[in-house]
Amino acid sequence: MNSVPKNYRWRKFVDQLMRGSTVLATGCAVIPLVAIIAYVFTLGAAALSGDFFTQAYVPPGTVEMADTADATEPAFDPEDPFAGIGLDTVSEYDGSQPAAPAANPDDLFAGIGFTETVNVDTSMPSESDLYSAGPQGGVLHGIIGTLIIAGLGLLMALPIGIFTGIYLSEYRMQRFATTVRFCVDVLSGSPSIIAGVVIYVLVVIPTQRFSAIAGSMSLAILMIPIVTRTTEEMLKLVPDSMREAARGLGAPTWYSTFTVVLPAALPGIVTGVMLSFARGAGETAPLILTVLGSNIISTALLEPMASLPLLTYRYTESPYPGENTLAWGAAFVLMMLVLTMNILVRIATRNRAGAGR
Amino acid sequence: MTAMTVSQLAPFYGARQAVKAVDMTIDAQKITAIIGPSGCGKSTVLRCLNRMHETIIGARATGTVHLGDQDIYAPDTDPTLIRRRVGMVFQQPVAFRTRNVYENVAVGLRLQGMNAKAELDVAVEGALRSAVLWDEVKDVLDKPGTALSGGQQQRLAIARTIAIKPDVILLDEPCSALDPIATANIEELLLELKQQYTIVIVTHSMQQAARISDETAVFMVDTTSGQAIGELVEKSQTLHVFTNPQDPRTESYISGRVG
Amino acid sequence: MAKQPQVDSWSSGNTLLQHGDVPFRFGTVVLAGSVVALVFVMAIIMVMASAEARTAFGFDVLTGQEWNPVETELAPPTFGAWPAVRGTLLSALVAVLVATPLALGIGIFLAELCPPRLSVALSFLVELLAAIPSVIYGVWGVFVFVPLFNDAFSKPVSQTVGDYIPWLAGPVATGRGILVTGIIMAIMILPTIASLTRDVLRLVPNTQREAMLAVGATRWETIWLAVVPYARAGIIGAVMLGLGRALGETMAATMLIGNSQRISESLFAPATTAASLVANELTNSVSSLHESALITVALALFGITLILNFGARLLIWYVDRRMAGGRS
Repeated sequence: MNSVPKNYRWRKFVDQLMRGSTVLATGCAVIPLVAIIAYVFTLGAAALSGDFFTQAYVPPGTVEMADTADATEPAFDPEDPFAGIGLDTVSEYDGSQPAAPAANPDDLFAGIGFTETVNVDTSMPSESDLYSAGPQGGVLHGIIGTLIIAGLGLLMALPIGIFTGIYLSEYRMQRFATTVRFCVDVLSGSPSIIAGVVIYVLVVIPTQRFSAIAGSMSLAILMIPIVTRTTEEMLKLVPDSMREAARGLGAPTWYSTFTVVLPAALPGIVTGVMLSFARGAGETAPLILTVLGSNIISTALLEPMASLPLLTYRYTESPYPGENTLAWGAAFVLMMLVLTMNILVRIATRNRAGAGR
Repeated sequence: MTAMTVSQLAPFYGARQAVKAVDMTIDAQKITAIIGPSGCGKSTVLRCLNRMHETIIGARATGTVHLGDQDIYAPDTDPTLIRRRVGMVFQQPVAFRTRNVYENVAVGLRLQGMNAKAELDVAVEGALRSAVLWDEVKDVLDKPGTALSGGQQQRLAIARTIAIKPDVILLDEPCSALDPIATANIEELLLELKQQYTIVIVTHSMQQAARISDETAVFMVDTTSGQAIGELVEKSQTLHVFTNPQDPRTESYISGRVG
Repeated sequence: MAKQPQVDSWSSGNTLLQHGDVPFRFGTVVLAGSVVALVFVMAIIMVMASAEARTAFGFDVLTGQEWNPVETELAPPTFGAWPAVRGTLLSALVAVLVATPLALGIGIFLAELCPPRLSVALSFLVELLAAIPSVIYGVWGVFVFVPLFNDAFSKPVSQTVGDYIPWLAGPVATGRGILVTGIIMAIMILPTIASLTRDVLRLVPNTQREAMLAVGATRWETIWLAVVPYARAGIIGAVMLGLGRALGETMAATMLIGNSQRISESLFAPATTAASLVANELTNSVSSLHESALITVALALFGITLILNFGARLLIWYVDRRMAGGRS
């Protein structure tokens, strides 16, 4: 009666082993998360200097100043689209730089034929230390650019996203709603580079120029499905009894939607808007094809503009350690933005879930 | 002969005690029915008999339950082994969707390490015959278990349970999701099975308890403390419970005044 | 609207309010329609813009071995994106192979094994992994993971096992290549697969677990033999969504795969992917044919991810509905 089945010890072992390995697997997800955050925070913090948030690009060196494109006319040039954006060793200046760079013969690159220029305003660490090619300048242009490009993208995505969400939730029975839902799924499922390609063909080629507004458009394509989804989901959570109560008083649909349903769902919608902003702010691929990037503080919407993800990408590819450090810095700011948004959303939704119960 | 002895068994959900400490015995090769109004904790007590109760998050139980001479709540007891010896059939008929009829019965045997085709064939057919299902499913053994009707699925679940030859079979309102004909089939089956197995059945139907059980335990809800808590008010031979209840609460319950 | 006795404020005097429904509905339909229009425009634009290359090369744009955009005196430009297609498929395959078992483990742990409170916190962390912009994975990959992986895995493996298995053959130089890219992509798609797996596992009715436990199954046997099979379709859907993300992932590939058109059998060797090819070359395209060929590649990527996404959504929807439909 009391016999233990003969294979039981083995089964028990498998049970423990597999349960243990699910813990390990979870660890495998948490470790890179912690590692990435830790690296971005420590190396990113190293890039934070007094200039970091207040200055734009300061080039580490120049080889052929003659090649520099005119910063005031960053028109589309298919032959050399990267001219003047610091991708190469080529750099540019605009008049807004606070101080003229001075050549420093003692710096890291002197020995290999580069002439490094440093901004006299920067509080550089000891220049005699060959290994500390500290960052110069800052990413202010990237911060401004990201806020403009993603903000404008959000402005474009909001009306479409919210009204599409309203349509899907309030007229959910209609056959057209299925088509709309299908298209929202297409948008959310397609790779972000596709949005870049479409805007490149649709806007950049005809206008013959990369521009911030083109970047905003491509981000809007990526934001629309997020805003639509959350709006729809949040509106569906509003109990039908509220709609019926409003209608019972004789209010028309649009009035009850704006005065009763939408306000009830507002916190959730704001959450979705924040998440879509965070997502848009972090997108890189479509911006490569649409805004190109820039090294100056620019607010001109019809011209190339800097943005944090683009800076992160370009500075990572850069051969200069100083710019690599700035890449971590830009990544740090980007990460802060994304984490803050996500944590805020988390707090907001937790409070609401708690109140609902 | 006594199959199980329950002493001072008190199930909890978190900090809340669901049932006042229960003492009772379960006779071997008899059908013991547990009846009572909703919320009296009858299913909870049943689920304590094979340590299924504790699989709910936050649920636990104190006290002892002896299966033969083994205390299933002793610290060194492995609940998995207990559940292998004390089988359970649930309110909702459960068929494993991704397994065919044959594998639905064989699953417990395979866990025990039985993999020889010939051996399995014999055991599965035997279990299906015992569950009075063989004639209905012998031609559809390779169809998914979920293709069967509700009543058939419940007998399939019983076949799965008896295939591993447990000592005790617990049934938690096995007929509440079934139509009267399927219910009659199951009841007939249980009367067959008690020749070999000890059976404990929770039922909300007093008629069912009266029809098939040898012993009946009556649980009631006590709300005098302000919080609902179940308690065992009476347990004896079914005939006694229904014709000559010792507890006034039992009397009012079976005469339909409570619950 | 149902006929109801109307409250004063809504009656005759306020016709504007009463008749607002028509424009309101019109407005929402138009804006919702603009999403439909957008998708159509996207598809049409890409089909049109890729026409030149498609008519010139047909399917060879995707299967041709040579990608040589610059016309030389010796040869006309050729556009065969097979190296990119191959790199895309291989890196996504690596990503899915690495991510799936881990994600399954995470999903199982979160849904079945860990205490609810911890599950909430861990779920948040896993979802945070999905929120990190891909360019940050790129930076981390370039500066941290690639050097580490290169020294700890690529070099020793290529120098030992690599002599016998061409997939793992050396030489390993910078360390950028398909395997590294696939692993970083695996981290990126991990949260997608894991959280969807967790969700579908949670939808499995408790009766299935209890029925399995009741025949004397261990906890793991219950999960592996009852819960996971029940949610099978949903898990496959989750993996397909992850695959879709990996195929379309641009930045990690652009920064980590090495962007080389050479086909090498070794997973350590640099390669390229469809998305990174487009990202790298579209703004530098040397001819309209070049541009058109790149857009053809993008169109193919769009089509493949579309099909995968729909297959996946269909599967997940099917599981959802079946479970919402109740028992049996």
